[in-house]
Amino acid sequence: MALLELKDISTFYGNIQALKGISISVDEGEIVTLIGANGAGKTTTLMSICGITPIRGGAIFLNGKEISKMSPNKIVQMGVSQVPEGRRIFPQLTVSENLDMGAFLRSDKEGIKRDIEEVFSIFPRLAERRNQLGGTLSGGEQQMLAVSRALMANPHLLLLDEPSLGLAPLVVQNIFEVIQKINKERKTTVLLVEQNANMALKIANKGYVLQNGLIKMSDTAERLLENEEVRKAYLGL
Amino acid sequence: MKTRSLLTDIGRSLLNALWFMILLFPLMVMKVNVTMGVAKVDFRWGNLPLVGIAAFVLSFVWKIALDWNERRGGKAQSNSGFGAAKARLSEYFAKPAIRKSSILALMAFAIAYPFLFGMYHTNVMITAFIYVILGLGLNIVVGLGGLLNLGYAAFFGVGAYTYGLMWKYVGPSFVSAGINTGWLFWISLPLAGIVATLFGVLLSLPVLRLRGDYLAIITLAFGEIFRMVMQNSSDITGGATGISLIPRPWFFNQKLPPIKAATYIYFIAFVLVIITIFVVRRIEDSKVGRALEAMREDEIACQAMGVNLVKNKLITFALGAFWAGMAGVLMAAQTTYINPDSFTLWESIIILMAVVIGGTGSIPGVIGGAILLKLLPEYFRALAQYRMLIYGIAMILVIIFKPDGLIPRRRKQYTFERKEAAK
Repeated sequence: MALLELKDISTFYGNIQALKGISISVDEGEIVTLIGANGAGKTTTLMSICGITPIRGGAIFLNGKEISKMSPNKIVQMGVSQVPEGRRIFPQLTVSENLDMGAFLRSDKEGIKRDIEEVFSIFPRLAERRNQLGGTLSGGEQQMLAVSRALMANPHLLLLDEPSLGLAPLVVQNIFEVIQKINKERKTTVLLVEQNANMALKIANKGYVLQNGLIKMSDTAERLLENEEVRKAYLGL
Repeated sequence: MKTRSLLTDIGRSLLNALWFMILLFPLMVMKVNVTMGVAKVDFRWGNLPLVGIAAFVLSFVWKIALDWNERRGGKAQSNSGFGAAKARLSEYFAKPAIRKSSILALMAFAIAYPFLFGMYHTNVMITAFIYVILGLGLNIVVGLGGLLNLGYAAFFGVGAYTYGLMWKYVGPSFVSAGINTGWLFWISLPLAGIVATLFGVLLSLPVLRLRGDYLAIITLAFGEIFRMVMQNSSDITGGATGISLIPRPWFFNQKLPPIKAATYIYFIAFVLVIITIFVVRRIEDSKVGRALEAMREDEIACQAMGVNLVKNKLITFALGAFWAGMAGVLMAAQTTYINPDSFTLWESIIILMAVVIGGTGSIPGVIGGAILLKLLPEYFRALAQYRMLIYGIAMILVIIFKPDGLIPRRRKQYTFERKEAAK
């Protein structure tokens, strides 16, 4: 059984339909990527999974349990954690406080402390800046913080929304390595939304190509990388 | 470069002065005298240079001050002698022993205050304490939650009216049953807190999806609605004439003469202030407080962290309203008279100003701001007609030169025992 199953979901903003019946399945332990152009509905898909923009049609299952009608905090409680688009860290809170917020629903103090140390060992830059306000970090550091903050919730399923947005290639490389590492070491399932299709498909097991709110193609990552159409439209080759 | 900027400053100031001379010409120079039905215009030319000089000097000083402010931001504060002294002072007060003893000294002074000074000063101080409670309550909503509430005085009013209506409707049966009416105060105090909390929840329901200016408008409307309802339902609340002869709290079974009653209320207010400070501090350090701050920063990220926004906003408004309700009872007991005019928009704005001038989010700042804003007008009654002007100027100065308030909030620093881990 798939860990996350989207069955023919459709989401609206007012009268505008952003998702026109999307079905996605993510298996335990996988990295699945969602690629597509601007406005294809990638972010909306993630927001729908989280319950922040509730769906109007279809259903979403997590571990076989329907979560489509649940409020966002319930969904987070079930082990879904999101790194939102544009990072959205809390600028007036310190790095440590940001991480604390990530662990908002947890109450095991020891575990939280251990996880903070672990996160700091993944991103030593954050350890140096733990008392600095989030807003004073550079873009790359903010992305590290956003990923770390999501990890603090100890998720089964990590939703990443364009972690490469506006970052230097080296930093992107670093972030993607960390994503891979998290997936391998923590056995965290990852659903990765990316415009940087090349990078995303290289680390993913499976990929979905989104266009105008519809799934245009879905296949294993390797085959998508070789697919003529994908190469032309999204990889620029 | 430096002289050039000075020259341009002078030039700009001259232009400003000229502009003000033209602007104020009809006001300061022309004067219409009506003698025997004939209007004659008097030209007071002597005023013109005065206006010019004053505008020039003010404009120049303002430019220099702005310049200084900008350069100050770049450099470390401790360069000047003043900065060094300030750093040393704060270091001195950071020592726990000194900190503790200075707080104790302050408390001792506060306890001795009503015995040292007369009834007038005690009453002034009670008002200040009431505003401290209000300020701290509003600080939860504005400082932590980041929800601009312009109808806060309504909750204050809810508290005061709870006590007033209790006196009006339950009081007579107390009298006929032979129970002393002093107990009413002690029943009303928690009751007013609860009623105000209910109103807070009531207000938070329609504003759950709103932020910023929309929220401010709705809360403002709520404040006015409350006042108008109190004013117009004269059968129940006494309308614009209000409710009078509200009893002061009794000391156990003893009715106190006004002087002693003032001292008594002073101590009740003082204890309430201490409790408020304690509770607000606990809230700030708690998970709820952190969630409120996160909500102020970014609602979507907050949801992604699993924070229940609806619950959070309800808590914010309810907590804020609770303290205002209690403060309202104190106010009704102190003045023994309430009417709707005590809970206007102006009142909400003063409380908000106390928070902003003192330092949004900072407990000592809000206390300082509230005391300052209530004490100064009392002791400078001669300047009463310029009060709004002075408040306005103070507000502008604070926003430009000390945007975090007079006593800005200090962040807690997390310290980890890194050495042990590295061993």
